[in-house]
Amino acid sequence: MSSPTKPLIPLAVLPKNELGLTVRDYEGAMSTLCAGCGHDSVTAAITQMYFELSMPPHMIAKLSGIGCSSKTPTYFVRGAHGFNSAHGRMATIATGANAANRELSYIGISGDGDSLSIGIGHLSHLMRRNVNMVYVLENNGVYGLTKGQFSASADIGSRSKRGVPNIVAPIDPIMLGLSMGATFLARSFSGDKEQLIPLLKAAVAHKGMALIDVISPCVTFNDHEGSTKSYRFMREHEVKEIETDFVPWQQEISMPHHKDDAREIIMHDGSAVRFRSVPEGYDPRDRQKVEEYIRERHERGEIATGLLYVNEASSDVHEMNNTPEIALSKVPFSKLCPGSSALAKLQEDFR
Amino acid sequence: MTTTIPDRAASDTSLEKVNNFAVKLANVNGTGSASANSLLMQAIFRMGIPVSGKNLFPSNIQGLPTWYEIRVNKSGYTARALDYDLMVAMNSQTYAEDIKEVASGGYVLYDSSWPLDAHLLRDDVTFLGVPLAKMCLENFTSSRERVLMKNIAYAGALVALLDLDLEVIATLLTESYSRNEKLLASNQKALRLGYDYAMQNFECPLALHVAPMDETAHSILIDGNTASALGCLYAGATVAGWYPITPATALMDNFTALCAKYRREPVDSNVPGAPDSYKNNYLILQAEDEIAAIGMVLGASWSGARSFTSTSGPGISLMSELLGLAYYTEIPAVIFDVQRTGPSTGMPTRTQQADILLCAYASHGDTKHILLFPANPHECFDFAVQSFDIAERFQTPVFVLSDLDIGMNDWVVPELTWDDDFVPDRGRVLDDQDLAGIAEFFRYTNEDGDFVTPRTVPGSDSKGAYFIRGSGHDKFGKYTEVPAEYQEVVDRLKKKHAAAAHAVPAPLEVRRDGAHVGIITLGSCDLAVREAIDELAARGIVADYLRVRGFPFVQSVRQFVEDHEHCFVVEQNRDAQLRSLIALETEVDINRMRPVLHYGGFPLSASQVVDAVTATLEVRP
Repeated sequence: MSSPTKPLIPLAVLPKNELGLTVRDYEGAMSTLCAGCGHDSVTAAITQMYFELSMPPHMIAKLSGIGCSSKTPTYFVRGAHGFNSAHGRMATIATGANAANRELSYIGISGDGDSLSIGIGHLSHLMRRNVNMVYVLENNGVYGLTKGQFSASADIGSRSKRGVPNIVAPIDPIMLGLSMGATFLARSFSGDKEQLIPLLKAAVAHKGMALIDVISPCVTFNDHEGSTKSYRFMREHEVKEIETDFVPWQQEISMPHHKDDAREIIMHDGSAVRFRSVPEGYDPRDRQKVEEYIRERHERGEIATGLLYVNEASSDVHEMNNTPEIALSKVPFSKLCPGSSALAKLQEDFR
Repeated sequence: MTTTIPDRAASDTSLEKVNNFAVKLANVNGTGSASANSLLMQAIFRMGIPVSGKNLFPSNIQGLPTWYEIRVNKSGYTARALDYDLMVAMNSQTYAEDIKEVASGGYVLYDSSWPLDAHLLRDDVTFLGVPLAKMCLENFTSSRERVLMKNIAYAGALVALLDLDLEVIATLLTESYSRNEKLLASNQKALRLGYDYAMQNFECPLALHVAPMDETAHSILIDGNTASALGCLYAGATVAGWYPITPATALMDNFTALCAKYRREPVDSNVPGAPDSYKNNYLILQAEDEIAAIGMVLGASWSGARSFTSTSGPGISLMSELLGLAYYTEIPAVIFDVQRTGPSTGMPTRTQQADILLCAYASHGDTKHILLFPANPHECFDFAVQSFDIAERFQTPVFVLSDLDIGMNDWVVPELTWDDDFVPDRGRVLDDQDLAGIAEFFRYTNEDGDFVTPRTVPGSDSKGAYFIRGSGHDKFGKYTEVPAEYQEVVDRLKKKHAAAAHAVPAPLEVRRDGAHVGIITLGSCDLAVREAIDELAARGIVADYLRVRGFPFVQSVRQFVEDHEHCFVVEQNRDAQLRSLIALETEVDINRMRPVLHYGGFPLSASQVVDAVTATLEVRP
């Protein structure tokens, strides 16, 4: 079962970005996921996002763990450097890669099994360390590749395809992130590209670990009546009260209608994330209020989507460790090795 | 004050005891004895005499028995001794066993502030009572000093009894406490208390004592963890991921300290010395567990940095899954395993060599790794440097298997040297220029004579972009479930591993005329085995010696086994792991090798090897 390559010949003349690349240049291999899988929509959004940002493909590092979601990095930006690691361990690989080379744009794709069960420890510490990367959690409440077991994000009472209800409490990655000191927390729905693309752009611009929890229905194992992660359930229960538009500092890509209550968050690179239709008093920078808001929505059976929390003031792992601006992997050996005279001198301490 | 039991007759062996004896110090852990004990050891080293110090300590912070053994030997035999000529009995909980361990004709120094129970006394040893607690109570006011200074006071008594150079000791104290005048004064006072008491009450020096030599002028006193850390610094490692674990923690602590000293690069700043006046050319990540630690190493190595982790057996168990990923996807990594006693938690502060097979085949599926076996801190430094070259040359994990004895004890070793012309071997990495010169890049094609294929690092031109996957892949790096395509890759990996046999440090071999016995060993068994070979020779048994220093093995290892009618494999584990590995990998008949096993957790002694060999040969010297 190999991944066939998509034909590169465009059917029509496609628009080009600043680098002269078309959206096709940001695509990858043909998806081998089930037809209608929510993950493919996320892949499409990521593809579009990098195209619109004019990100040089070779400056992207895409990583994943194991699971349906973790297969998807092959399906976008073929010119990016990819690492499909082990189940739950993507965060650790990404941390090391980022430590060695801070110059790249890192994106990790994970799922709810990968992130909230086997890898929850690593996810938690990734947030604490504030490693500068985008972390997309494609959340469908189910283990697809092993045929439909509940994951740790499955809601109580949600029914599996065999009709068995889930009886253990779900883990909400956003609430987890709030308690772990995450600096960027967003939620979206795989079927809502209009919201997802600006969120992804904001996540790329964010200096630190940016988690986007994307509810992404599993058409095969979790899209039935009784599931709380189905397309139907999501369309009926999603509250998009917090909408985000990403406005790059250099050039505006899509300008929303201005509203009087619009609020801008300036990202570290000077670009701005804009909120619309924010409920009165909502401030994504106020952790306590954010937490209250999400709980309150949850109790009403609603899923708040959008940029839920952001803190642009905190340091990322490199700032915390005072590393140079260039990649550590590029520091020349002459600066790393103290040499023979230093060795002779330091051995005086071992007499 | 002295409880001198019948004077032993003037020993006719007293001359042999000059620079040839062993002292055991029995203490309670957490009472500050370690600095006094290493002070004594360091002083003997500075007097130019071959010496070793072994810290036999409990996995505990305060209150349990702990021992320190100092062996002084003019001939350079400094493996652990089992016959103690002098016991410094400072722990009343262990008096009985400690006093029992003293060789006949030896001495016991004890705190005579309280009388010794009569049942502890022995006729054949000399008891030297020094009222340490009483002295310290009278001379120091704080309760902390009263406890701490007892140690320096017994050190003072030993200076007199063993004829240590008082000036050397004074200098050492000044160096240690140069930043704390008050503490220095207390130490000097306590030292003098013990020294004067011994001079006034005993006939100093004892028959066993030291005399200055000139054997350590070009040596240093260093532990393996410090030396390994130095090797990582010199090799150019920039990223480290680790999780605290005894006995490996000090390796990363040392690396951190060394980096803070040698890896801070000044940058333009208005205020020299301010936090923004320098940048750190390193990043050390204390991970959430060992799984994360090795994950970080793989991520950093993938990205082109030299990266390593330090751990012990339990950490290797946790890392196993990702070690398989590194092996299969061909990512360099350096792993220091400072081995301790297993299985499970085992005895964390005791030594063993029981991770050999674990590391050789770490992870599920068909995996094989490269192992280096340093025998002392000097080799820890050299092998640490080499490990990065080998890992990048062969694009695979390399384990440096040290152990607690090497890692945490101070060893006298030759000075470390560095060649300023050293250029690290970064292996086959294609840069953008290289990529421009080729038609197409595939990750696992174009192998060289060592079966290594060129790689690229993230950030290089998109022509060199590929997707690392731990899932089945063909030589182009593409996903596959086709048997032949899968096998082609794993077959090359097997050949690549075999090719590394000539890249790892070669075995050290010493052959003797007329030898009919061969002894194979590794790592920290070295000194004990070499001493045993000399002892066996004195008994008429001529033995050849081979110490493996790396895996995969070169042909000479098998040859050595076949060349000897009696071949012994000496190692510190229960299951004869090195013997099994040699048999498995060289296909030599396992029955040609007789195991000599020592695995109680304390370092090996020559007499244990001699006894095992002679018993097997049924030689009764």
